[in-house]
Amino acid sequence: MNPIEQAVVWLNDPLNWTNPGGVLDRLVEHLGISGAAVALGCLVAWPLGLWLGHTGRGGGAVVLVSNVTLAIPTIALLTILPLTALGFGKPPVIIALAVFAVPPLLANAYTGIRQVDPEVRDAARGMGLSGGQLLRRVELPLAVPYLAAGFRTAAVQVVATAALASFVNGGGLGQIISAGFGLGISVGGGQILAGGLLVALLALLVELVFALVERVVTPRPLRRARRRIIRRADQRAAAAITGS
Amino acid sequence: MSFRVIDRADPGNPWFSWDYVQGNSETILAALREHAALTAQAVLIAALVAIPLAVLAYWFRPLTGPILALSGVLYTIPSLALFAFVAPYLGTGTATVLLGLVLYALLLIIRNALAGLNQVPDEVRDAAQGMGYGRFARLLRIDLPLALPGIFTGLRLATVSTVALVTVGVLVGHGGLGQLILGGFRNNFFKAEIMTGTLLCVLLALVLDLVLAGLARLLTPWARRRGATG
Repeated sequence: MNPIEQAVVWLNDPLNWTNPGGVLDRLVEHLGISGAAVALGCLVAWPLGLWLGHTGRGGGAVVLVSNVTLAIPTIALLTILPLTALGFGKPPVIIALAVFAVPPLLANAYTGIRQVDPEVRDAARGMGLSGGQLLRRVELPLAVPYLAAGFRTAAVQVVATAALASFVNGGGLGQIISAGFGLGISVGGGQILAGGLLVALLALLVELVFALVERVVTPRPLRRARRRIIRRADQRAAAAITGS
Repeated sequence: MSFRVIDRADPGNPWFSWDYVQGNSETILAALREHAALTAQAVLIAALVAIPLAVLAYWFRPLTGPILALSGVLYTIPSLALFAFVAPYLGTGTATVLLGLVLYALLLIIRNALAGLNQVPDEVRDAAQGMGYGRFARLLRIDLPLALPGIFTGLRLATVSTVALVTVGVLVGHGGLGQLILGGFRNNFFKAEIMTGTLLCVLLALVLDLVLAGLARLLTPWARRRGATG
C-alpha cells in the first residue's frame, strides 16, 4: 500500500477523528493556541505600530524587530521559553508563536499610518483635530487595509508554525505528524501524510478566510488601489528588512 | 512525559557553559557544518530554479500571476506539512530536508528578482535594443546586472530564513544545529546545549547575511556610488 492509500485509510477511520488526541481534539487545540498567539501579538504590535507610525519615529526599530525574529529558529524559542520562569504548558508556546506574529503586524501598522497622504494629515490638523483625534478619525481608518493585510500574514504564519509546537509536546495538529514519525515511516507514513495534509489545508483555509475579511473591511474606493499598495508595501518591507 | 519532577532552578544547569562547548566541540562543529551545508545547497538550488522563473515571468508578463501564485501557495504550506509530504517518499534523509527548504526559498527569490528586473529603466532597455542586443545578450549584459540588487535582496532573505528553517529538519534527523536545540531539550532540558545551538544558528544567519551583503556591494559598484550621494 503506498503512502497516499495509507493516508486515505487513516483519514477514513472515524476513530482517528473522535478519539481523545484525535484530529478534532488536536484541531481545537491548534486553533486555541494560534488564536491566543495572534491576539497577544495584536495586543502588543498594533498599539506600538500605530503610535510609532503616528509620531513618525522608530522606523529603524520596526526593521530591527523583523530582522532579528527572521533569524531566530522557532524551535529555539519553543524549547527555551518553557525552561524560563514561564514554566511548561500552553503559555510558553503561545508566547513563542506570538513573537513570530509581531513583525508582520508591527510593520503593516507602521506602514499603514505612514502611507497616509501628508496633505490629508495637514487638512485634518487645519480643521483643528488634536493628535489623538487625527490618529483615531483619519489615520486609523485609512490604515485598515494594511492592518488587515498584516493580520492575515500573521494568522497564516502562526497557524503554520503552531504545527511545530508538537516538538515540545505542545499539542496541535503537528502532534499527529510527530506521532506518525514515532511509528516509523513504513507504518506511520499514511498518518504523516494525513497530518501534513490537515495542517496544510488549515493554513490555506485561514489564508482564504482572512483574504476575504481583508477585502470586506477595505472601503470600496480603496479596493482598486489596494493590490498596488499591498505589493508596494511588500517590496518596501523586503527592502527594509535587508536595510537597502 | 512528566515535567514536574525537574527542578528548574537547579544551579547545575546553566544557560551558558564553556565546559560543554569544549567537551563537545566535535558534535557542535559537525552540526554547524551540516547546517551550513544544507543552507548553502538549498539557497543555491533555489536560486538556480527561481531566477530562470523570474526571467520567464519578466519576458512573458501573463506568466507573472501564475508563477507568483504557485510559489505563494508553496510558501503558505507549513514547513512541517511539507516535510510530512516528502518524507514517505524520500525517506528520512537530507533529500527531504533539502526539498522542503528549496520550495520555501523559491518565493522570496522569485519575488525579489522579478522586482529587480522590473526596475530596469525603459530607456536603458530601449538603448540596448537600439544597439542591436538580442534577447539573451540583453538579459545577460543589461537586465540581470541591473537587477542584481533585487536578486541579492531575495538571496539574503532566503538565506536568513533558510538558516532558521533548517532546524525543523530534526523531524527527520537532519536538522543541523536544530539537532542540538531539540537534543538538549530531550536530554533532561540541558540548557547549555539549547543555548549553544540557538546562538550559533543566529550567528550563522548573521555571518551569511553579511557575506552576501558584501558580495552584493562588490558586484554592484554603481549602486554604491549612487548610495553615497543619495
